Amino acid sequence: MVMVNLILILLLGGVLAMLSERLGVNVPRRVALAVVLVDLGYLLSELAGMPALTQLQAPMPDDPSTWLMHFQAQWIPAFGISIELALDGISLLMVLLTLVLGAIAVSASWTDVIVKRGFFEANLLWTLAGVLGVFMALDLFLFFLFWEVMLIPMYFMIAIWGHENRGYAAMKFFIFTQASGLLMLVATLVLVAVNHSATGQWSFSYFDLLNTPMAEQTAHWLMLGFFIAFVVKLPAFPFHTWLPDAHTQAPTAGSVILAGILLKTGAYGLIRFAVPLFPEAALNFSFTAMALGAAGVVYGAVLAFAQTDFKRLVAYSSVSHMGFVLLGVYAWNELALQGAVMQMVAHGFSTAALFMIAGSLQERLHTRDMREMGGLWQQMPRMGAVAMFFVVASLGLPGLGNFVAEFLVLLGLFQVNPWMTAVAALGLITGAIYSLILMQRSFQGEISATLSSKLEGHGLADFAGREMVTMMVMMVALIGLGLYPQPVLDMAKPVLQSLLELTSAEMTP
Amino acid sequence: MAEMVWLVPLIPLLSSVMLMLCSANLPRLLIGLLGVGSVGAAALLTLSIGMDFLADPEPFQLTLWTWMQVSNFSPGIAFYFDGLTLVMMSVITGVGFLIHLFSTEFMEEDASYARYFAYLNMFVAAMLILVMADNLLLLYLGWEGVGVCSYLLVGFWYQNSANGQAARKAFVVTRIGDTAMALGLLLLFTELGTLDIQSMMAVANQQWQVGDTVPLIACLLLLGGAVGKSAQLPLHTWLPDAMAGPTPVSALIHAATMVTAGVYLIARTHDLFLLAPISMMVVALVGLATSLMAAFTALMQSDIKRILAYSTISQIGYMFLALGVGAWAAGIFHLMTHAFFKALLFLGSGAIIHYLHHEHDIFKMGGLRTKMPVTFWSFMIGSAALAALPMTSGFFSKDQILLQAYMMPGAGPWLWLGGLLGALLTAIYSFRLVFVVFFGEAKTEPDGDTGWRMAVPLVMLCGLAMIGGYFIIPVADVFPAVSGEHPAHWVEYVSISVPLIGLLLAYLIFHSRQINMDTLVNSSVGQLLRRFWFGGWGIDWLYDRVFVRPYYLLSGLMKNEPIDAIYGLIVAVNQTFNHWLAEAQTGQMRWYILSMVFGLIVLLTLALQIPLEAL
Amino acid sequence: MEGLNIPLNHILLVSSLLFSIGMLGLMIRRNIIFILMSLEVMLNAAALAFVAAGAHWGQPDGQIIFMLILSIAAAEVAVGLGLVLQVQRRFKTLDMDSANRMRG
Repeated sequence: MVMVNLILILLLGGVLAMLSERLGVNVPRRVALAVVLVDLGYLLSELAGMPALTQLQAPMPDDPSTWLMHFQAQWIPAFGISIELALDGISLLMVLLTLVLGAIAVSASWTDVIVKRGFFEANLLWTLAGVLGVFMALDLFLFFLFWEVMLIPMYFMIAIWGHENRGYAAMKFFIFTQASGLLMLVATLVLVAVNHSATGQWSFSYFDLLNTPMAEQTAHWLMLGFFIAFVVKLPAFPFHTWLPDAHTQAPTAGSVILAGILLKTGAYGLIRFAVPLFPEAALNFSFTAMALGAAGVVYGAVLAFAQTDFKRLVAYSSVSHMGFVLLGVYAWNELALQGAVMQMVAHGFSTAALFMIAGSLQERLHTRDMREMGGLWQQMPRMGAVAMFFVVASLGLPGLGNFVAEFLVLLGLFQVNPWMTAVAALGLITGAIYSLILMQRSFQGEISATLSSKLEGHGLADFAGREMVTMMVMMVALIGLGLYPQPVLDMAKPVLQSLLELTSAEMTP
Repeated sequence: MAEMVWLVPLIPLLSSVMLMLCSANLPRLLIGLLGVGSVGAAALLTLSIGMDFLADPEPFQLTLWTWMQVSNFSPGIAFYFDGLTLVMMSVITGVGFLIHLFSTEFMEEDASYARYFAYLNMFVAAMLILVMADNLLLLYLGWEGVGVCSYLLVGFWYQNSANGQAARKAFVVTRIGDTAMALGLLLLFTELGTLDIQSMMAVANQQWQVGDTVPLIACLLLLGGAVGKSAQLPLHTWLPDAMAGPTPVSALIHAATMVTAGVYLIARTHDLFLLAPISMMVVALVGLATSLMAAFTALMQSDIKRILAYSTISQIGYMFLALGVGAWAAGIFHLMTHAFFKALLFLGSGAIIHYLHHEHDIFKMGGLRTKMPVTFWSFMIGSAALAALPMTSGFFSKDQILLQAYMMPGAGPWLWLGGLLGALLTAIYSFRLVFVVFFGEAKTEPDGDTGWRMAVPLVMLCGLAMIGGYFIIPVADVFPAVSGEHPAHWVEYVSISVPLIGLLLAYLIFHSRQINMDTLVNSSVGQLLRRFWFGGWGIDWLYDRVFVRPYYLLSGLMKNEPIDAIYGLIVAVNQTFNHWLAEAQTGQMRWYILSMVFGLIVLLTLALQIPLEAL
Repeated sequence: MEGLNIPLNHILLVSSLLFSIGMLGLMIRRNIIFILMSLEVMLNAAALAFVAAGAHWGQPDGQIIFMLILSIAAAEVAVGLGLVLQVQRRFKTLDMDSANRMRG
């Protein structure tokens, strides 16, 4: 019931936020922040009664009671569809990340949303609700439902509150995700039908669908259906082209949620569904998947370097970073998987922060074009220092979370395919190139002529209290992840080990 | 005392964090005290730990916590302390302290005083972690940490885009090496199952035979990291540009400490290199080639800091040569003495630059001997040590390197000969600098000589550069003993006399002008060589054409997302169909009815094909 | 069941002839009145087929459907004539081709 409540709080909170606009234009954002914090607090208070998170039991696929939380209620019994939610270490990590970044996203949009604030905060909360559902649903039909739920409010956020080219970006985002979601739905239905013909039972439950016996060809095509759905979301090369547009055009909070959380649903789907449901097919496919990952790492980095739009550059850096996740998942050993999970968390913070900086710049300068920036450090030393921190985090400085993630992925990958590792390691170099050029073009160098004429001698407001607190939270999180990642690793460990066990049993008949 | 060793990097780190967090609110005096004091405290702590260690030289290991633990991969935040660590820590904290002190005067008028010390302290902390790390991953943390600090400090005056360019170049070029090194780490862990340096070397000795391929690959990858950080061929191009940073930074990072990290890395993992003799030979050849290339280039430069930068590259080449011939202790010894005299030279040049209104061109200086006596004597002593004149610190270390190179079986004498040529060139370019800047007629008027905060470090370093050669570094237990016949006496005599010949040549060419080089220089071949050497053998030019421009071109071409064109094709096809179908919408009733009827007829005909039984 | 016994085939033939005539009219006439008339013919052709089939099988369904078709035809004529008036008023003609533009 806890999990249902978590989602309901956000859904109803969204309605509340929308209604609260009548009390005053500034009320919705406070309501939204309160709702997310209440949700987070509720989850933490419930966790307090649970066994220590660092010593979780391995969640057994055939025994729901070994999971941290499990909830099941009838929904459409005729087709074996139920409301089945469950929480294990990885889901919990993702849920916590969602709620923390959700709060940060509300803070990020504190001042930059001007019209329809109530509806904005409502969409934000509904997206979060959908994401929580995705991370917790174990019924494939319910999973698909939540997959759509998180999509539509996001579409509105981009289409209504986005920047100059929002219509195009929102439509592109919608079509890509919707088309890939359709593939997933078809694959799910076929999988259920195959399972039905094998067992005579209709069931959409994850536990029942694992170990569905099927022909190699069938497994291959079904796996591809899930794979494409998830890598479009991830996004992996060459399905990434919606991302630069959507991220660039979305309002700051939208970018934070998109980059910080929504992309992770793709990675989560790969780890939870695409590989375990079809272990053999996934193994046969792993080389292609890793090649796509490595291509994404390098391709994203090269394109990031060419961009002149601050947000677009960060968006391409996400493509590059998510390439590591894909590599980690398909290397499919404990080191690489831990790296992938770590990357999901660390990238959530580092990229969210960079998008917030981009949002702050947009708010102050009314442009994202780096050709019109330059020398901003002098104007805003605090923002410059913060940006420097997240830039070096994103290029993988040891001691910060992203490094742990990338190194573990590479370490795991090396044991599978050293040459692929060498290609992916190019990402470390190209990553440095685009990260530093971002710093150079915006914060260092001399102030551009356009900007100085625009400012007419006025200074720019540096980061103030609220912004610094938000940034500090993320900085502390990244340093913590970088120097003592063990809590996160421990939370994911039993899940990953049981997944590895499950698939290795399948792979060696 | 030994268990306090973790405090040594922590103190500068905390000071750095404090300076960053409350930079705006601190008075300058406090900033200076914090910045210099923290390094001073680290130096004192190192001293007392070192005393304890020398009394009882037993290496020890200290684990603070397990960094991460994933399957069998469990590197710790752990330190390892032995004689080599002690030498490195002493150099870093000792020379670091003097340079911090010097900086308080050099940076006095800079607006970002606190930011400067924050970076510099962070650098010291990262460098200490690098040399104290007990496993290669933590070493890599320090390694990248110093890289970032170097980036921040080279681009310290960020308003000038050229500085930012130099800083980025420094970071990216070293990052190329670092990536090779990271791959080496991956290989070593995959093969040996640990990154803990001591146990890794033990396992390697059991698991591998001398001459195996895997250790060769691993060593070459590690060497990639080392040549990047230590500015050796082919990744040396960043160091001359890195001189864009404040001069004390050049002294600390780009002369005394960070650039020698590659030497430290190879020395630290010497057991691996011993398993791969080919990699040792590569190290030696890279060192020798770099040292000669950089020496020729230094001879042609006119920017005082660039001369010193190329000289640093050249001297690190000597250290690599030493490592390559297995003269581990000699290499580390030269690392230490080089830290003394090169820091001295850089600080001296910093003083000149500071009091000469940021003049870098040596040909616009001259006659400074009487006007800046402290600086003059610093330069004299520093150059003497650099040129390895007898009884200076550089003499002892370089002499050891040359002798042991000669002793190497096989290629030894040839390496020795190359080293001698380098020594000759070193003497010529270092005294060229002295004669041009301090003798001759005065061309500019300095604002005075150094204040006490500059003078004290200079004098201290002068002392170290003189007597540093008599220090005995406690690394006998770390490295295997040197074997081989002591060469004949004439080898030693030649080694001693070559720098003196160089000094004499420099005197005759640049001071008394008894040898006139003008005809040679002005001949067409001379001009060509001059330009070639001045431009650093065209390597920068080559890289620019082969790597930098194609990368810009490639990313520029792809800027607008070629993949999107494929999706654009799908959209175009859909739009075409849409267009066609829209054409059918004529608005004419009869046209609709006609098409409906035909459609019905077609459907009916098809339906009639189905046999009745099938229904 | 006394009286005239016309074979079903004949009736269906007539009905399809009527239907074809109506359809042809629908396709070639431009005058909206004629179009409506053609529609009526087609409806009645269908109705005739229903009645005949009902009689043939001895079922009441055919006549029920005939009643339904009658009422549909009446309703259709009512709407159709309304349209005729509108078209006449707007375009001053009864030519359907003149009303080929949609104005949303």
